[in-house]
Amino acid sequence: MNYIEHIGKYFLMLSRVFRKPQRSKVFYQAFMKEVEDLGLKSLGIIMFISFFIGGVIALQTALNLDNPFIPKSLVGFAAKRSIILEFAPTFCSIILAGKVGSYITSSIGTMRVTEQIDALEVMGINSLNHLVLPKILAAVFFYPFLISLGMFLGIFGGWTAGVLSGLFNGLDYIEGIQLDFKPFLLFYAIVKTLVFAFLIATVPSYHGYYVKGGSIAVGRASTQSVVWTTILIVIANYFLTQMLLT
Amino acid sequence: MIEVKDLHKGFGDVKVLKGISATFHPGKTNLIIGQSGSGKTVFLKSLIGLHTPEKGTISFDGRINTQFTQDQKQQWRQEIGMVFQGSALFDSQTVEDNVMFPLKMFTTKSEDEMLERVNFVLNRVNLENSNKKLPAELSGGMQKRVAIARAIVMNPKYLFCDEPNSGLDPRTAIVIDNLIQEITDEYKITTVINTHDMNSVMEIGEKIVFLENGKKAWEGTSDDMFKTDNEAVVSFVYSSNLFKKVREAYLRETK
Ligand SMILES: Nc1ncnc2c1ncn2[C@@H]1O[C@H](COP(=O)(O)OP(=O)(O)OP(=O)(O)O)[C@@H](O)[C@H]1O
Ligand SMILES: [Mg+2]
Repeated sequence: MNYIEHIGKYFLMLSRVFRKPQRSKVFYQAFMKEVEDLGLKSLGIIMFISFFIGGVIALQTALNLDNPFIPKSLVGFAAKRSIILEFAPTFCSIILAGKVGSYITSSIGTMRVTEQIDALEVMGINSLNHLVLPKILAAVFFYPFLISLGMFLGIFGGWTAGVLSGLFNGLDYIEGIQLDFKPFLLFYAIVKTLVFAFLIATVPSYHGYYVKGGSIAVGRASTQSVVWTTILIVIANYFLTQMLLT
Repeated sequence: MIEVKDLHKGFGDVKVLKGISATFHPGKTNLIIGQSGSGKTVFLKSLIGLHTPEKGTISFDGRINTQFTQDQKQQWRQEIGMVFQGSALFDSQTVEDNVMFPLKMFTTKSEDEMLERVNFVLNRVNLENSNKKLPAELSGGMQKRVAIARAIVMNPKYLFCDEPNSGLDPRTAIVIDNLIQEITDEYKITTVINTHDMNSVMEIGEKIVFLENGKKAWEGTSDDMFKTDNEAVVSFVYSSNLFKKVREAYLRETK
């Protein structure tokens, strides 16, 4: 199949996903389960990575800005900007694409090859709506919180690194992060997060839902889905940045 | 009653079903037999709407599949129970939740009523004390029974089983076969079973349709099967030495 066909099939899939759930109670339970599987279970890794990468960003910035004419607060300011604009939304989303994407593809793909999806369809259940919509809503609802937490911990990690290494002063750093606060940049980061969340839920679902064959095919589809989700996040990142920031 | 008329189904250039007609009556175990690859699964999946036939009609008590409105289709789906070749239990849900799932989706029963019904059908398939287990914690035979329980929980009018006893030891296989036959008789369900197991044919074959190469090569009862001269059937049955002997003895006895 060529790319055009895949894109067409992907949108056809979405048109079946976005229907009214057949039973709101069952849907709500599925949604809560996805919030746990896709969101809460990624909390640890996002917190861990954000904190340390934030620290590295601040250290790098400090090491590269050693000219005495540059104000000391610039380290905090630059670290804050790169964490809010790029690191938290994009980098964390790529981590999630790997972790959550492979989970989604393998769980839906296994349901496909063991005929669990056929079983749903025979019962008269819209399997795409039943399986994919809760994932989309859970990701879109939860990832902004997750990414905001990533921003906060990243910035905090930067401060910690500075204080521990003595490379810059904690108070200068705090002054820097308060400098020139632009709500629009936060908005831009959240918009990016929402788009990435949508990709992380739907692209791996597509790969899993249409898998053909057995467990090897499911494994291959998981790898493929991570690769494609990452590529699409990077492409979307470029276009969103161009649209929103220039 | 299910009436199939001139059913055709292929995938790309490969023709799998080449014009099959057959009638299946309620309260009877109808068996589809044939070699691996003869099209049994494709036939069954076409009956339940998982495959869309290119040609031909299937009528369910007078309702023709190609003329279903959206509502009729939804209604019809709830009259179907299907036991898949690999059981197809939802592996993230417990036995109880698996069986309860159709009730949750399609009835307005209270939690207690649902549980009562679930326990009733689990009891019916002789599976007690496994409510809270996950499918992975069950043996193959137990999984099959859960699958049967899930298939009958909505009181279906039509029950389809794709090789319900493949991969089971002969004794468990007969238990499953008999269970399906009892349920079929008790609730007057129109049951269609795929199998290539001659034991099942002997045990529960009330009506047998023999598929060869996507065509109906023969049909009749299990008694007929041992009398027939139909080459395809004879070679299928004769492929087992045991049945060669059974047939010879049978012919001797009835002479
Ligand atoms: N989705 C599909 N796409 C392409 N070909 C298929 C598909 N499903 C089945 N076939 C082909 O149709 C033929 C019949 O397959 P089917 O699964 O119905 O056989 P079967 O009689 O059920 O065999 P078994 O007893 O081994 O289960 C096979 O040649 C198979 O390759
Ligand atoms: Mg088969």
